[in-house]
Amino acid sequence: MNALRFSRKHLGIPYIIFLSVFVILPLVLIVLYAFTDSEWHFTLNNFADFFLRSGNLKVLAISFGLALLTTVICILIAYPVAYVLAQSKLKASGIYLLLFILPMWINFVLRTAAVKELLYMLDGLGIYDVSENYFLSTIIGMVYDYLPFSILPIYTVLIKIDKSAIEASMDLGANPVQTFFRTTLPLSMPGIMSAVTMVFLPTTTTYVIADTLGNSKVTIIGNLIKTQFDAGTAESWHVGSAISLVLLVIIFASMLFSGKLNENDQKGGASKW
Amino acid sequence: MVKKILSASIIWLVLALLYIPVLLLVVYSFNASSEIGIWSSEWNLSLYKMLFSDEKILSAIKTTLLLAISSATISTILGTAGAIGLYYSRKRTFKIFNIVTQIPVVSADIVTAVAIALTCSILLFPRTYASLLIGHVVLCFPFVFTSVVPKLKQMDPNLYEAGLDLGASPRKALFSIVIPEILPGIVSGFLLAITLSLDDYVITTFLKPSTIDTISTYAYNAYAKNAANTSIPALRALSAIVFAIIIILVVVNFLISNKKKKEGN
Repeated sequence: MNALRFSRKHLGIPYIIFLSVFVILPLVLIVLYAFTDSEWHFTLNNFADFFLRSGNLKVLAISFGLALLTTVICILIAYPVAYVLAQSKLKASGIYLLLFILPMWINFVLRTAAVKELLYMLDGLGIYDVSENYFLSTIIGMVYDYLPFSILPIYTVLIKIDKSAIEASMDLGANPVQTFFRTTLPLSMPGIMSAVTMVFLPTTTTYVIADTLGNSKVTIIGNLIKTQFDAGTAESWHVGSAISLVLLVIIFASMLFSGKLNENDQKGGASKW
Repeated sequence: MVKKILSASIIWLVLALLYIPVLLLVVYSFNASSEIGIWSSEWNLSLYKMLFSDEKILSAIKTTLLLAISSATISTILGTAGAIGLYYSRKRTFKIFNIVTQIPVVSADIVTAVAIALTCSILLFPRTYASLLIGHVVLCFPFVFTSVVPKLKQMDPNLYEAGLDLGASPRKALFSIVIPEILPGIVSGFLLAITLSLDDYVITTFLKPSTIDTISTYAYNAYAKNAANTSIPALRALSAIVFAIIIILVVVNFLISNKKKKEGN
């Protein structure tokens, strides 16, 4: 009889079923597809195929190269902005922060399109040559799209830094530059790290930016996966799953490395607000 | 003084970089020119007329909005129920499913999309509006869950017990005690779900049937696939409208929260 009575615990049941069917099962399927051929026999060929094809390694290198450059540029721009905003005693600093976050709410394809329109206008004016600079355009687009995502986590950490740590450093005789490099910067590392994960991983796969601004001349991992799934041959889904699995392993390895899979993984979503 | 000028110039320079592309679209949305940089004749609303007579874009807008509202609603119900159910289950159960919930958040969107596409094909589930909806729910529900759980932690557990002691049924206690307590978490989860769904391209493109388009997939096809697409000028008007709506929402939200703060004082 007891089992039939309503209890708060029962509310978890549909959730657990949903998680099992649409989160756990899909992961199992990716692994299954990655290690089998079209006849469902075990094989490592999908991985061999991926790693041995020289073009693919180049794509991997390009993806990570673009993502690394984008991340570095984003942090180099975002840090000073976040620092100035966090320092300012203005009442209006909340409004300024809002101004930096606002573009994040515009649809991301439309935002990328806006950059494309700007670059083509500059091309028309003879200032910028689109056809010569597909990689540069892609990086500009990526930085533009992900900059707001890097300002927010750094700002959140900077504003929480205990002012007395900075005063202590000054009192102990450090000049402002020393104070910054030996107190403020190390204390803000968590913010930088979370900005890095919010920019680096998405940029390795968002082929929308590469396609729109690189005129399909710039191929990243995301394109590889998409191509496999669009190909529609018996093998292609298995190869596509293998690439996805490689990506997933890289992601989880880097998560473990930066200790992100713990308590504070709520940041990812919460920081959009 | 130098420091002040430097700070201000950093802020304004970066703000200019962020807003120039969008404002350019806004300005050129009021001109009939098909190419940005070439201003033809005068200010007019022809692109807006074009936008509102383009059946394909209009249906993409409708799909996008409907999808965002329905997936956010389902995610909110699912995520809130799950958060309550698991929070009051055994600690271990909660811990395990809390980690599983974070999987779609930390993994790349494209991997989530591929994984769900595989699942749908194994379950012989054709690509329909339903598969698209499932994809968006998977994208959104973890964020509802993670914004509700902290509110449950903050809640005084005795409130629920007190309700039961005073004769409320568990159902009644849930709806008139627990839900109102955690409502701020539910609302912010819902709003976050809406923005995530509106912004998504990757999951949509992997799970949608070819007959359905959202703003994201429509704009991608126009801008990336076909440089000479004739609907690009109309999309400028759409971008301008989206930008205007966001500004209005932000200002309204700002005024409301300011008012609340003042009342609080």
